[in-house]
Amino acid sequence: MLITEREKMVEDINTWAEQYGRNRSALMPILQEVQKKYYRISDYAMQEIADLLGIHPVEVYGVVSFYSFLDDKPKGKFIIRLCQTISCDMVGKDRVARQLENDLGVGFGQTTADGIFTLEWANCLGMCDQGPAMLVNDQVFTRLTPAKVNEIIDGCRRALSHYATQRKEVHAL
Amino acid sequence: MANLNEDVSRAPKSMRAQTITGITDTTDIGATVRVEIDGKELKVPIGTTILEAARSIGVRIPTLCYHEDLCIAGVCRICVVEVEGQRTLQASCAYPITSPIKVKTYSSKVRKARRHILDLLLSKHYGECYSCFRNNNCELQSLAKEYGVDQFRFGHPEKPLHEVDASSYSVIRDMNKCILCRRCVRTCIDVQEVGVLEAVGRSDKTKIETFASKPLSEVICINCGQCINRCPTGALRANDPTDDVWAAIDNPAKHVVIQTAPAPRAGIGECFGLEPGRALTFEMNTALRRCGFDKVFDTNFTADLTIIEEGTELILRLYKALVKKDTSIALPQFTSCSPGWIKYIEHFYPEMLKHVSSAKSPQQMFGAVIKTYYAKKNNIDPKDIVTVALMPCSAKKFECNRPEMCDSGFKDIDYGLTTRELAQMISEAGIDLPNLEKSDFDDPFGTATGSGVIFAATGGVMEAAIRTVVELVCGIKVENLFDHADVIPVRGFEGVRYAELPIKQVGPVPDILKHLVPNWDWLKGATLKVGVCHGTANAKKVLDDIKAGGKFSECHFIEFMACPGGCLGGGGQPIPTNPEIRKKRAKAIYGEDAHYEIRKSHENPAVLELYSQFLTDGPCGHLSHKLLHTDYTPRGKYIA
Amino acid sequence: MITSKCSKLTFSEIKTGSGLQAALKNKPAEVISILADSGMKGRGGAGFPTSTKWRFAAAAKGEEKFVVCNADEGEPGTFKDRVLLCDFADLVFEGMTIGAYAIGAKTGIIYLRGEYTYLVNQLESVLAKRRQANLLGNKICGKEGFDFDIQIRMGSGAYVCGEETALIESLEGQRGEPRNRPPFPVDTGFMGRPTIVNNVETLAWVTAILAKGAAWFKSVGTEKSTGLKLFSVSGDCAEPGVYEFPMGITIAQLLKEVKGEGAKAVQVGGASGHCVAAKDFKRALAFEDVATGGSIIIFGPNRDMLHVAKNFMEFFVEESCGQCTPCREGNHKILEGIEKLEAGTCSMAYLDELCKLGETMQLASKCGLGQSSANAFLSIVANFKDEILGRTEKVAV
Ligand SMILES: Cc1cc2nc3c(=O)[nH]c(=O)nc-3n(C[C@H](O)[C@H](O)[C@H](O)COP(=O)(O)O)c2cc1C
Ligand code: SF4
Ligand code: FES
Repeated sequence: MLITEREKMVEDINTWAEQYGRNRSALMPILQEVQKKYYRISDYAMQEIADLLGIHPVEVYGVVSFYSFLDDKPKGKFIIRLCQTISCDMVGKDRVARQLENDLGVGFGQTTADGIFTLEWANCLGMCDQGPAMLVNDQVFTRLTPAKVNEIIDGCRRALSHYATQRKEVHAL
Repeated sequence: MANLNEDVSRAPKSMRAQTITGITDTTDIGATVRVEIDGKELKVPIGTTILEAARSIGVRIPTLCYHEDLCIAGVCRICVVEVEGQRTLQASCAYPITSPIKVKTYSSKVRKARRHILDLLLSKHYGECYSCFRNNNCELQSLAKEYGVDQFRFGHPEKPLHEVDASSYSVIRDMNKCILCRRCVRTCIDVQEVGVLEAVGRSDKTKIETFASKPLSEVICINCGQCINRCPTGALRANDPTDDVWAAIDNPAKHVVIQTAPAPRAGIGECFGLEPGRALTFEMNTALRRCGFDKVFDTNFTADLTIIEEGTELILRLYKALVKKDTSIALPQFTSCSPGWIKYIEHFYPEMLKHVSSAKSPQQMFGAVIKTYYAKKNNIDPKDIVTVALMPCSAKKFECNRPEMCDSGFKDIDYGLTTRELAQMISEAGIDLPNLEKSDFDDPFGTATGSGVIFAATGGVMEAAIRTVVELVCGIKVENLFDHADVIPVRGFEGVRYAELPIKQVGPVPDILKHLVPNWDWLKGATLKVGVCHGTANAKKVLDDIKAGGKFSECHFIEFMACPGGCLGGGGQPIPTNPEIRKKRAKAIYGEDAHYEIRKSHENPAVLELYSQFLTDGPCGHLSHKLLHTDYTPRGKYIA
Repeated sequence: MITSKCSKLTFSEIKTGSGLQAALKNKPAEVISILADSGMKGRGGAGFPTSTKWRFAAAAKGEEKFVVCNADEGEPGTFKDRVLLCDFADLVFEGMTIGAYAIGAKTGIIYLRGEYTYLVNQLESVLAKRRQANLLGNKICGKEGFDFDIQIRMGSGAYVCGEETALIESLEGQRGEPRNRPPFPVDTGFMGRPTIVNNVETLAWVTAILAKGAAWFKSVGTEKSTGLKLFSVSGDCAEPGVYEFPMGITIAQLLKEVKGEGAKAVQVGGASGHCVAAKDFKRALAFEDVATGGSIIIFGPNRDMLHVAKNFMEFFVEESCGQCTPCREGNHKILEGIEKLEAGTCSMAYLDELCKLGETMQLASKCGLGQSSANAFLSIVANFKDEILGRTEKVAV
């Protein structure tokens, strides 16, 4: 990371700490903000946050590693999370999964070489009546079919080239 | 100082709540509640856990994640019992009794569950008992025996699942043997406030890890080894140099010298099945000679030397600050003999390093003196001398490997052995330590005082310093102020202690200090303020208090020990440890002190001889600065 | 976009503010009595009487008290809380406000699962409207000294955080690991303070009960399970979605309503619930019979029940918090056993041993997750032994 980028992040973390409070119960919201803006929570960020909240970096690491939606390793700009739980499973999540792998060229748990997509499994997304379902960042897609998958991926790519790289814009899809 | 002894642990509230008991209504305090355990009735104070209640009537309930020193976790579930009327079994260690209950501790449900839990733990525990240093001293192994484990019902790993982290000079982590009881985590975060170890990941991927899963040598580990002492299995161990030590002994060209610190002698008996609290000082000397060490010296000698050097440094600091009005002088002065503490302050409070006495620890002073003065006096080439230090400590292993610890021109101390490792060597040599004849230390560094001995207990360094400073400054016998020279105010196990000592009268400046201060008049009427703390969580409290300008910022001298209880609770001492055991070891230490003829460091004739023959420019003089003092590395806590 | 098919819900009849205003006409203790009278039990799964929980919290001493809405809905097959938060968030927040009045809390927190982040803006605007209408904030509805507000806190993808003490740990910035109980949240909850944690649906019903009266609520359901309940129905049926039925409806009746007749088995209560085989479809969905948080997953005649069991165990192996031995290692062993069954290499003796292990997990695990993760496996083994033993090749799903 460039020095300036790092300084920017420290500034952000300080802002969030002011907003959510400098105590441990502010940890999750701060981590969620970092994750959202920087697509990961780097070692550096964890130490910075620990320092602000007066806890040990390893405790922050313990927390980050506990939650599926927090990552210390870099992830793609779009995280695709396909539901693998029973109701989605029964209506064809495997075929959707296969097509996702084909269209992205990576397997589950991997990130595309261009750093744009990460493909992951998720547990029940609460869309059991409309499966197969998946999340693309914060947005949910239901009643997926192998054919729909490609449309969604294309949509993401378009969003990326048309708009800024901010995740917010994905909602414009 | 009551507030500094308050519990500020960051353990999750649930765990903490139960160290303070389950009482929420203070009107309950003092009230008792009836409980029936296996048909026996008893009354216990409200909030007592089932485990405590059972133990109080001699009912044994197995435990793994429970430890007397730590807050409750309730995660291993081996201690489950049946509570009448409850659908599920309850973890007895975590269940505070607040209303009358009936408990069964070995019903068939309970036995079946415990056996399953053991089977599950063993299905993930890679390692063979006979190649493990905890063989015969492993809580998992003994439970397997107790519950008659005769097969691995749910399998057993055939190859290691994790790489062993042997990067550290002091502590080795073998996660193949880890059963995730998290005692090390609670030790490192709550007791020591270092925060190296934490549970990382979730579910069956949970693992005890360091920050960013880095090797131990690259993180902020202070090497105190407290995690080793509380590990129920062999997942944590000290970096063991016994093979190298044997090799040195076997090499006829080498002159192998061992110094023995005071704490091991009070603990080593435990490795041979003795009750804690019996010192084996002189039996150990015989055993060491039988093992083949050429000379057996007493670290107490350099403990006394430390008192002179560190005490002189303190006097100089006070003189410069109070008389010369030198504002650059840092006060209070901190002790420097605990290498875990040194690494702690280097990482966490590097800006306060100027407070730390530059005097080396007794171990390192010894090495420097052996490879210079002793070598010359006995006409031995220092390169042929191998110095071994028997210490209660795992951090000493790191300390002797610090690059700056080569002031003799050689590595001052070659190997640090722990009490446990020496016990291992002794039994390997087929020696029955407890029943051995006694023998004395070798001259010239076998002469020690009671002051050196009490270095092993928290408050000991301070007590030794007070004995000497009072006599040198006030010109009176310390016995006039404290019966039998026992400086009771600094003794005890309270985490943080504070004491004041008014200097009502002053005497003449003794010869040994004459070149440094003209007289003591400037101290007359002053009050010497001292502090003592042990366990780095307590050190943190004191340092924060100083930063905030609290009571401890007005102290002149503060003793810091990284380990709870001081060296007698060190990370190289026999396992297990708990408050009871540490108390017994302390009793043994203070018992030894009382038996010494000379009990004050400045009266140690060997020390005085060293100054008259070798360190002729006196304490804190030129040569002593070169050999006996050091400087520190501001490390900071950030990990790249 | 994501509206589920929904039967007509009673909630659509309740006017915003009506429940709260009715509550404020009573003393806090009387509000709790009304709930007690209604027989309302928690809709999150455990079925603990809501009034009892609130009474404990009201009686507990604490400078500060908290109301937490558990919107971590993660149980496989459950989505009714999402529907409520989409369409009736007002009633949920109102339930929290009534709770605050009853126990004397000033702060409310809704813990929303990370997967539902798309609901945040909508929920924030509902909160803003309530503040404007003086249904939140200071002197709520003009009541002197009644100040209360609600903040939204997000989960980050951990099913176990639905367990109330894990949820509290997560709010405190810890790993979401359940606590030892006792002490219970009602006296040692968030920040060590008395806290009530209630399910989204529970809170919505509280509003309805206050608005329409305990007698109305009690008039349906069974004696021990009063009132109405939402069911999230998915799987092999023609009309999956959210349904409102009286408590005590039999599985057969429910299957008829959702056009799922002919099912071979129904998973009641999600992955941690029980698998009920066709022979037991006359059993009732109620706390005293087959208890449920509302998840109904229907398996048609051709489903491979071993595959179902495997999917559930994979879920628990990933979602166990990993702190206690029976759950962390036990789930894994059962999953391995299922793999053996799939490969046709599991002896009856080992299957028995696994079932006993499952019982130990139910008895000795620290929290509800481990205490129920073996349920599905055990009930599938009990009901479908012939189907799962002696396999020679992989059976199609
Ligand atoms: C593993 C586990 C997951 C849970 N998940 C949820 C959940 O997602 N939503 C919920 O309301 N309750 C959940 N619960 C139940 C809660 O612990 C708690 O009982 C409930 O929130 C209480 O609310 P109620 O009394 O209103 O039902 C879960 C329990 C366990 C053991
Ligand atoms: S039962 Fe499972 S989820 Fe619950 S505390 Fe134990 S390991 Fe964690
Ligand atoms: S000793 Fe009680 S749960 Fe581990």
